Amino acid sequence: MSATITAPPYRVIPIIPVLKPGAMEGSGPYVASDKIQEALGFPGHLVDNWHDQAIAKMGELLGKYRSLKVYMDSCVHCGACSDKCHYFIGTQDPKNMPVARQDLMRSVYRRYFTLPGKIFPKLVGARDLTREVLDEWHNYFHQCSECRRCSVFCPYGIDTAEVTMAARDILDSVGYGQKYDIEIIGKVHKIGNNLGLPGPALIDTMEGLEEDVKEDTGIDVRFPIDVKGAEVLLITPSADFFAEPHIDSLIGYAKVFHATGTSWTLSSMSSEAANFGMFIGNYEQLRKVALRIRQAALDLGVKRIVVGECGHAWRVAYSFWNTLSGVGEGADPDDKFAQMLQKQLDHRYRQPTHICEFTWDMIERGALSFDKEANDKHIITFHDSCNVARGSSMGGYPGGQFDIPRNIIKSVANHFFEMDPSTTHEKTFCCGGGGGLLTDDLMELRVKGALPRMEVLKQVADEHGVNFLAVICAICKTQFSKIMPIYGFERKMVGGVHQLVSNAIRLGEK
Amino acid sequence: MMSTLFAILFYFATLVFVVGTLYRISIYTRTPAPLKIPTTPAPITTGGVVLRMMREVFLFESLFKANLWTWGLGWLFHASLALVLLRHLRYFTEPVWAWVAFIQPFGMYAGITMVLGVAGLWARRIFVERIRYISTPSDHLMLALFLAIGVSGLVMRFVVHGDVIGVKGFMLGLMYFDWQALPSSIGLYVHLSLVAVLLMIFPISKLLHAPGLFFSPGRNQADNSRDKRHISGWAKQLEPKDMGNAK
Repeated sequence: MSATITAPPYRVIPIIPVLKPGAMEGSGPYVASDKIQEALGFPGHLVDNWHDQAIAKMGELLGKYRSLKVYMDSCVHCGACSDKCHYFIGTQDPKNMPVARQDLMRSVYRRYFTLPGKIFPKLVGARDLTREVLDEWHNYFHQCSECRRCSVFCPYGIDTAEVTMAARDILDSVGYGQKYDIEIIGKVHKIGNNLGLPGPALIDTMEGLEEDVKEDTGIDVRFPIDVKGAEVLLITPSADFFAEPHIDSLIGYAKVFHATGTSWTLSSMSSEAANFGMFIGNYEQLRKVALRIRQAALDLGVKRIVVGECGHAWRVAYSFWNTLSGVGEGADPDDKFAQMLQKQLDHRYRQPTHICEFTWDMIERGALSFDKEANDKHIITFHDSCNVARGSSMGGYPGGQFDIPRNIIKSVANHFFEMDPSTTHEKTFCCGGGGGLLTDDLMELRVKGALPRMEVLKQVADEHGVNFLAVICAICKTQFSKIMPIYGFERKMVGGVHQLVSNAIRLGEK
Repeated sequence: MMSTLFAILFYFATLVFVVGTLYRISIYTRTPAPLKIPTTPAPITTGGVVLRMMREVFLFESLFKANLWTWGLGWLFHASLALVLLRHLRYFTEPVWAWVAFIQPFGMYAGITMVLGVAGLWARRIFVERIRYISTPSDHLMLALFLAIGVSGLVMRFVVHGDVIGVKGFMLGLMYFDWQALPSSIGLYVHLSLVAVLLMIFPISKLLHAPGLFFSPGRNQADNSRDKRHISGWAKQLEPKDMGNAK
């Protein structure tokens, strides 16, 4: 399938594209099967009274989420967001404009929940929830990567991700889920990670890694698993255990822990940082997946929880864990659920800690030293991952999420160049594969959605000879490895920040 | 006859506006925000959030980042509207507050820039393909309404001068339940009717963006999720059942 997909041409001047209505009409994802939907407690297939049930669910969500309620009411169709989505830029389908995507739901909201929409539907653009509309939801709400770029530019802060999440939650509740996301969440519940990698296989893999690193460096870097009483519990995306280039970053984390003398462990029960519960907008699923980490932390008695390179996982960890599972601090004294864990954690450190915060902190303390020349073959640029950039922070101050990974890169390598500033920091473009869309059945969308990022990468590649795209997100790594060859780049060009750390770190000392 | 009609209309419109808007605000207030979702980088303190909100309210910061044309026209329209509204306080106060008297001349020109702003925004809605695509009939009508209010006001100010003393008497009469006659003038009837329409549709239209902004979690939350546990009522209820047990 992917062999037939070609990259859209770069825009000579990145002007706003003309509209091509219907361009992505039939390009949505596979529908989830009965078995995998039922495993999560959703109806196996589209229920008979889906219309009433969907409207009821929508009413429920409007009462539970202020974001949805306010965002449904507040849009004035000013168009500020209309040219900001990478999927719109890449596909030119007007329904991929953030405002138009929101309107797929807002039109239904107006029809059933507002007075003007009940009386004069045509006047205010209100629509009945027909089967066609529902299909449209399934199609276009799975062409949004929940990256929040539009929310940066909206004068009211309307976040299309919140609308997409609500739409997916409604679709799931009537038995019309997306195969990829639902299937993956099922694996986490059953086995403990998105890949379905069972404990023994994980232990095996870690032993293999110890041998590899020993062979490479001559040093016994450990990859401990299920070690009770370790100081740090590392929660990392399961792609780090086997996928390329992810695994090189895992080796990087292990080397940092080794070089700083930090006792750490993985958990075989909770071997996944990713939380696709966020992608499907389901609070119960989001919470249930997050609770595995709480459980592992309690079982292993760790003092710190460190999160590996993963964009949405860091958003969930940073912004939601304290709420969902109590990983954090500042719970009320009578909040027994959260206190139980927070008493155990060491609050001299931020809980949870991003691996980049951990490494940068150690660099600042002088606990790590590097041979920067080891990275001289790499001319590096950094891609801000959307969820890190716009849904989280690092270092305890606004913007730390931009500075800290860059600081690390500059500490371990000599050649670093920024991409066009209108595409970095909070204005960064999604890689094209985020938000639960990293599946082969959406390959056309993924390729087209990567266009704005590839355009500016091409610029720095031409101007500065950039040959390494550093990222801190497992989805970005997989997506870029897959689509960059289609744009004429080397697939090996993408790698993690801790892969660069791994290349340059001195293990002998300290 | 017309005086009575307009008196009733204005009482009714004001009631709808106040009660309707307060009702919407009460819904926003009651609806919980279960998760921390500020668009980051975001302020980490409440003071920082207040500043961020002020920048949005007074400078349209996010819109400035998005599109200079929309920002320029939008800001011109809103700032002018604000001045015009303040200027109109002179119809409701006796004696007129000094600062209201001071802004009178600016308020008059603001009437012109307001109309220009609306016209520009409307042109954008008609001629820019993307904006045309997302526009509903009500979007156009809303601009038409503001344009008509602005133009009818300007006509009375600059072309056929209205009886401002009479209008003021009518308005003060409404406020103190001491009803006075409304000067008879077609321009005035049009102007006041449209304003009444605006008041009445406020709580059921996209004009809710005004209160909505203050309740937008993407803008009004402090980014302190790691330091302080944030939990909503309905989410907290999920907890005791499985305290500490995920397996």
